[in-house]
Amino acid sequence: MKLNGAEIFVQCLQEMNVRTIFGYPGGAILNIYDEIYKAKFLRHILVRHEQGAVHAADGYARVTGEVGVVLVTSGPGATNAVTGLATANMDSIPIVCFSGQVSSSLIGNDAFQEADTVGITRSCTKHNYLVKKVEDLARIIREAFYIARTGRPGPVLIDIPKDILTQKTEHVYRDGRVDIPSYRPTIEGHTGQIRRAVKLMQKAQRPVIYSGGGVILSNAAPELTELARILGAPVTNTLMGLGGFPANDSLFLGMLGMHGTYEANMAVTRSDLLIAVGARFDDRVTGKVSEFAPEAEIIHIDIDPTSVSKNVKVDIPIVGDVKHVLSKIVELVKESTFRKQKPDYAAWWGEIETWRRRECLKFNQDDRVIQPQSVIKKLHELTQGNAIVVTDVGQHQMWAAQFYGFERPRRWLTSGGLGTMGYGLPASLGAIVAKPDEQVFLISGDGSIQMNIQELGTARQYRLPIKILILNNSFLGMVRQWQELFYGRRYSETDLSDMAAPDFQKLAEAYGATGLLAERPDQIEPVLRQTMETPGMVIAEFRTNRECNVYPMVPAGAAMNEMILL
Amino acid sequence: MRHVLSVLVNNEPGVLTRVSGLFSARGFNIESLSVAPVGDGSSSRITMVSHGDSQITEQITKQLNKLIPVIRVVDLTDGPHVERELMLIKVSAEREMRAEIMRIADIFRSRVVDATQVSFIIEVTGGSDKLDACLAMLSPLGVVEMVRTGKVAMSRGEKKT
Ligand SMILES: Cc1ncc(C[n+]2csc(CCOP(=O)(O)OP(=O)(O)O)c2C)c(N)n1
Repeated sequence: MKLNGAEIFVQCLQEMNVRTIFGYPGGAILNIYDEIYKAKFLRHILVRHEQGAVHAADGYARVTGEVGVVLVTSGPGATNAVTGLATANMDSIPIVCFSGQVSSSLIGNDAFQEADTVGITRSCTKHNYLVKKVEDLARIIREAFYIARTGRPGPVLIDIPKDILTQKTEHVYRDGRVDIPSYRPTIEGHTGQIRRAVKLMQKAQRPVIYSGGGVILSNAAPELTELARILGAPVTNTLMGLGGFPANDSLFLGMLGMHGTYEANMAVTRSDLLIAVGARFDDRVTGKVSEFAPEAEIIHIDIDPTSVSKNVKVDIPIVGDVKHVLSKIVELVKESTFRKQKPDYAAWWGEIETWRRRECLKFNQDDRVIQPQSVIKKLHELTQGNAIVVTDVGQHQMWAAQFYGFERPRRWLTSGGLGTMGYGLPASLGAIVAKPDEQVFLISGDGSIQMNIQELGTARQYRLPIKILILNNSFLGMVRQWQELFYGRRYSETDLSDMAAPDFQKLAEAYGATGLLAERPDQIEPVLRQTMETPGMVIAEFRTNRECNVYPMVPAGAAMNEMILL
Repeated sequence: MRHVLSVLVNNEPGVLTRVSGLFSARGFNIESLSVAPVGDGSSSRITMVSHGDSQITEQITKQLNKLIPVIRVVDLTDGPHVERELMLIKVSAEREMRAEIMRIADIFRSRVVDATQVSFIIEVTGGSDKLDACLAMLSPLGVVEMVRTGKVAMSRGEKKT
């Protein structure tokens, strides 16, 4: 059957089983929009800014595990998408982004709305394509989806010149399977290395499991949990790994790193075996690298060979899919003598208990002013840990990570690697589009929410019942915290008080949402309850203690056990 | 340490930018780089020479391997290999100098590939030391222009890169 480029686009999406895409139209991509108008199977969500489209697709991908799909026009449409792509790239989120491009004959001529999209996005995508011939289009789309979701997942961009959309070629329907000889990710780990890893586990006395986003991405939470329980070893998650191990398990130490718990950071520092699973030793986790886990032998399981021994020297690297490798390890551990002669970690747990008794997440209670931490604790209590929690970037993000216990994967959405303010609102839209029956809470700051606030329009248009909690400290809080601690309290350009923010209740009204306000601690619970019970979109503002800090804190460049505690 | 990498890639537009971009993104210099299609033209071989400690080079090798169009990366520095480079030198050559220049060209087993009343172009191939030496000999005689290719390299013996 002969089809034109725009028709091939729609056909391929159908092949790939795509049901939802996020986008924004424009001249270069109009032919595709015309086909979308006719395609019954496809739901297009019109955002208000292309950055929002990519974050929404990202949120969709994080909760479903499927590829998020984005459609933007050429030039400004594509450049607006860049922050979203970079965010997804850092957090390894599978996305396919289609961008329109000026007609082939105009490329390179500074045509209207032309940008070198492939050049601009080269370093913030896993791979990208410029379609040169309509005959290549279907193959490229199939490859893009395959590349996005396999190996270490990531965003892939396809730039399509306008004339390709009207040219015709023979189209053959196929399932999405492709073979790219130069791209063959390693799935199974090296058996010898796995054996050696199990041996190390058997002789360790102070092991710690340190797990990251890779566990979530490869759906390996059950395997991780099983391994931890068989070993009886303590587990700590990175920011991206939260939910990969149940937070209410007694083996859980909380998050590690810059704002990790005292017990997690101390345990890693004292450990003699660190089992790193789908985590990449980010500088926010390691602190001063030379003093990171100085006594430990390190096992590192990761699908991406470039992550291994990049920041920290590893004793046993195992390249492969985390789920595969962990199930192999569990199998071996079960077969081995491990079960009978279980290593005795009593002394180790004794040490850990003394660190736990420090209660590093305690915060000052006050009956006049709302402590932001208590809002999140209460939210956890009222939702029984069942909500999907999305955040922006800043103090509220860290408090959400510290105080909302995640028992399951894919229910915690945050921009970890890039730290993108403005991620939260559009990502929460993507999440609720994917999971309309779940409760989706966005926890944001007064600064972050204003960075993509136009997406309230999207929420309104599609009646997306997200619950937005704004922890309003009238500051760019996290930056203010650094200014307080490291810049002599000189709050340069971080004060958002005095008419610097909109009236959030009125704003809610303007977008057809319900606006709520809590100013005193005794209002936290009623406002949260009302937020949950009110149908439709709710914006609940909590005026919080202005100068509350996130503790514990490892100052940048310090060792992990050099924490500032409250 | 100096590293010679042989990178086999799919011959497609933009692949060279991807490869060289990896170096510039990490702030490393590429000392030399040469590329041309090989086989049926569906792939190209890139030879690149760079400096860096082995941890950095290991990371670069892995990153190169991670690029979708990259088929294979081999660090030739680890084993015995042959390196070659080609240089064209234009020297001014009038009357009594002409014989002298031809003699030097002979010594380096190079060839005169263009001659006019006033100049020669000499083609030299070999390792960089040889090229440097030839250049040093000719320089006093008046080198007008010089151009060198990047290095190309291949491992010795049966091993395939
Ligand atoms: C796009 C972007 N710009 C700047 C920053 C730097 N930054 C990190 S946290 C922060 C303050 C966030 O303030 P707010 O959203 O009010 O949250 P709070 O820290 O007060 O909870 C800033 C400006 C960033 N992460 N992202």
